[in-house]
Amino acid sequence: MEKISRRSFLQGAGVAAAAIVAPACDRGTQQLATQRTRYAFFTADEAAFIEAAVERLIPADETGPGALDADVPVFIDRQLAGAWGAGADLYRSGPWRSGKPEQGYQLPFTPAELFRNALRAIGEDLRKAERGSFAKLKAEDQDAYLRTLESKSRDLGGVPSNVFFESLLEITIEGFFSDPVYGGNKNMIGWKLIGFPGAYANFYEFVDQHGIAFKRPPMSLSQDASGTVHLHPVTAPRGAAKETDAKSK
Amino acid sequence: MATTRAEVDAILIGVGLVGAILGRELTRAGLRVVGLERGAPRHTVPDFQGPQMHDELRYATRKALMQDNTRETYTFRHTIKDTALPIRRWASFLPGTGLGGSMVHWNGQTFRFQDHDFQQYSHTVARYGKKFIQPDVTIQDWGVTAAELEPHFDRFEYLLGTSGKAGNIKGKKIPGGNIFEDPRSREYPTPPQKEPYGSAIFRKAAEGLGYHAYPQPSCNLSQPYTNPEGLTLNTCTFCGYCERFACEHFAKSTPQTVLLPLLLNDSKFELRTGCQVLHINVDNSGKTATGVTYVDASGKEIELRASLIIVGAYATNNARLLLLSKIGAPYDPETNKGVVGRNYAYQTMSYPQVFYDESININPFMRSGANGTMIADFAGDNFDHGSLGFIGGAYIGEIMTNGRPIGFHPTPPGTPSWGVKWKQAVVRHYNHTSTINVHGSSVATRWNYLDLDPTYKDAWGLPLLRMTFDFPENDIRMSAYCTQKTIEIGKQMGGKLVTGSPRKRPYDITEYQTTHNTGGTIMGADPSTSVVNRYLQSWDVPNVFVIGASNFPQNASYNPTDTVGALAYWSADAIVTKYLKSPGPLMNK
Repeated sequence: MEKISRRSFLQGAGVAAAAIVAPACDRGTQQLATQRTRYAFFTADEAAFIEAAVERLIPADETGPGALDADVPVFIDRQLAGAWGAGADLYRSGPWRSGKPEQGYQLPFTPAELFRNALRAIGEDLRKAERGSFAKLKAEDQDAYLRTLESKSRDLGGVPSNVFFESLLEITIEGFFSDPVYGGNKNMIGWKLIGFPGAYANFYEFVDQHGIAFKRPPMSLSQDASGTVHLHPVTAPRGAAKETDAKSK
Repeated sequence: MATTRAEVDAILIGVGLVGAILGRELTRAGLRVVGLERGAPRHTVPDFQGPQMHDELRYATRKALMQDNTRETYTFRHTIKDTALPIRRWASFLPGTGLGGSMVHWNGQTFRFQDHDFQQYSHTVARYGKKFIQPDVTIQDWGVTAAELEPHFDRFEYLLGTSGKAGNIKGKKIPGGNIFEDPRSREYPTPPQKEPYGSAIFRKAAEGLGYHAYPQPSCNLSQPYTNPEGLTLNTCTFCGYCERFACEHFAKSTPQTVLLPLLLNDSKFELRTGCQVLHINVDNSGKTATGVTYVDASGKEIELRASLIIVGAYATNNARLLLLSKIGAPYDPETNKGVVGRNYAYQTMSYPQVFYDESININPFMRSGANGTMIADFAGDNFDHGSLGFIGGAYIGEIMTNGRPIGFHPTPPGTPSWGVKWKQAVVRHYNHTSTINVHGSSVATRWNYLDLDPTYKDAWGLPLLRMTFDFPENDIRMSAYCTQKTIEIGKQMGGKLVTGSPRKRPYDITEYQTTHNTGGTIMGADPSTSVVNRYLQSWDVPNVFVIGASNFPQNASYNPTDTVGALAYWSADAIVTKYLKSPGPLMNK
């Protein structure tokens, strides 16, 4: 795999960050965040690819910031470094056979293995083609490369490229829209973009105000608005069951 | 070697909806009951609390409340010519695990099946003739009528506190309710939930076309309610985290909110969690179950003896447990003989969407699991099928449940799946789109069935259940018709664009559809085509009762839970009033 120095990696990331069109404050914090980021799973080469790729999948544009501003690479890194990346939600007994698409995922790889194999193969592929780092390609060339991965089933270290692309797109959307406690959707960027209120729990007074514009800022799991613990309204005493129907009040 | 423990009167396999009801009824009748639950003991406090419960990634995307598929999943294939492969990650359907079972993460949609659903074979033959049923379609009668089940539906709905509007009380039709329903003895326990905006738009459009719109019967309650057991539920807050989640508000009817506090306090009941039942043990005669063998949370294998066994696991797991226990002859589609695993059916879904102008704020996040407005004009046999060439139908409704954005970010057809155009389409349409549910029935066929997989095993070394299923031609035609009717309604809803296509083959287990898996241990009047009799008692081993959606000979247009609850009370009543007085077969073979 292509060796790049820490310095050139940061330059690559800088190119991606500079290419975005976003409010000045978002841009400023983004550049700082990228430089400070500590990845638990990704190597520097892998991180450079992921940072550039997610920004093509969900780019910053006039509607607002994109996946890089939302720290989606941090989300993906934590997912791959943790239990989910190790296959915590996969049935992992063989034999391993390829089936029909409708039978679902049948590869032996955990998500962490899938990403590692595919990213290694992508790095080698770009190096052989003497195209350099993905992050340094022009945006339209990055898009074209991603479209090739998406539309073909090229072998990326045992992972068909379309399977890798689908996994990358899926986890990018997850990182853009999941609660910020998981490391992505920074400052609830994804939620603000579409107007989703997040973990907020009560719309009883609003649901029949048809068409109301709901403007309250979104809420994350890290904010416990009321600190309330709900108690069962009535704890029936032991053996107190009644045989007759109670009228609802 | 297994350790033998003292005998108890009855064992519940699974403590979800069925286990909670049967546990309550059997302890009330004086029995000492042990409930074996494979999952964790879970309670509203402290396990289901906000804001941590409002986590789409953990619960909806990664499916934290579901059966542990790393240890126990199913294999799947379309036809007997294919090789079944394991479902390695949940998607199409989501069986739960843990105390309260799948009813902890249900939406609360609470429908009674109609009498013509219970008599689907004889009703179809009488109305359309025998030839109307396509070859290989194996629909049959249930062996019960809606009138027989009515008191049990009524009891179950009053236990739950269901919020709805009756459409037929004692034969008197009531506009504004489901006028197609069979007579009910009284009004719902609580009035309907508030009507969200998209549902109100649907109501106007459906009524304009002459259909009979009504509020979806909901177990997300419209107001506080105290049930006959003395337990109180709260008002649903439309938080938008219902299906796949547990409710922290005590506003969703679940075993935890309507029964378990009493059952768990009953000295005649003992709950054992973390206990995986391997099989039911049957004596040398093959006609009497002696108890069960299970593995406890520490891995120890234990034999527990009892005189009555209630199989109340998830539908597909009921079928698997009987196959592993060798109770009843396994079904073989080639010979068309055997019963266990026969008539597996599902639900035939489609989801047209209405894309509105940006001035229409749908606010999809202000929803509950079972809110909204629907019509039953095209459900079951509520319309004339004579010229249509299929049986069954679908209810149609704007009954959106949430706006959680990982799963819900609609874009019109032709939108790229990523990049600037995708993002702009998501921003443009997120708050301005209605999804309409077309919730279709599912006929049973000779070739859709369940058996044990020859290759793949669970964590205890036992064969996984193998599912062989694809959508029958009958249901493809049904979906085409009902989806077209839905698009016609959608076009009256004022949107700029209405999209949607009917369900097509092949069945895809990677796309969520519904957790309405039915059949495998079906009920009926004939032991050669059913596993249990009309009281849900095993034809072969009469001290085993099997209860759940696994009893459905085929699936109707409505969601199954209300009918499962009514069947549980119906069976419990037969056990307490008939079986316990004279243990033995309740029906002659």
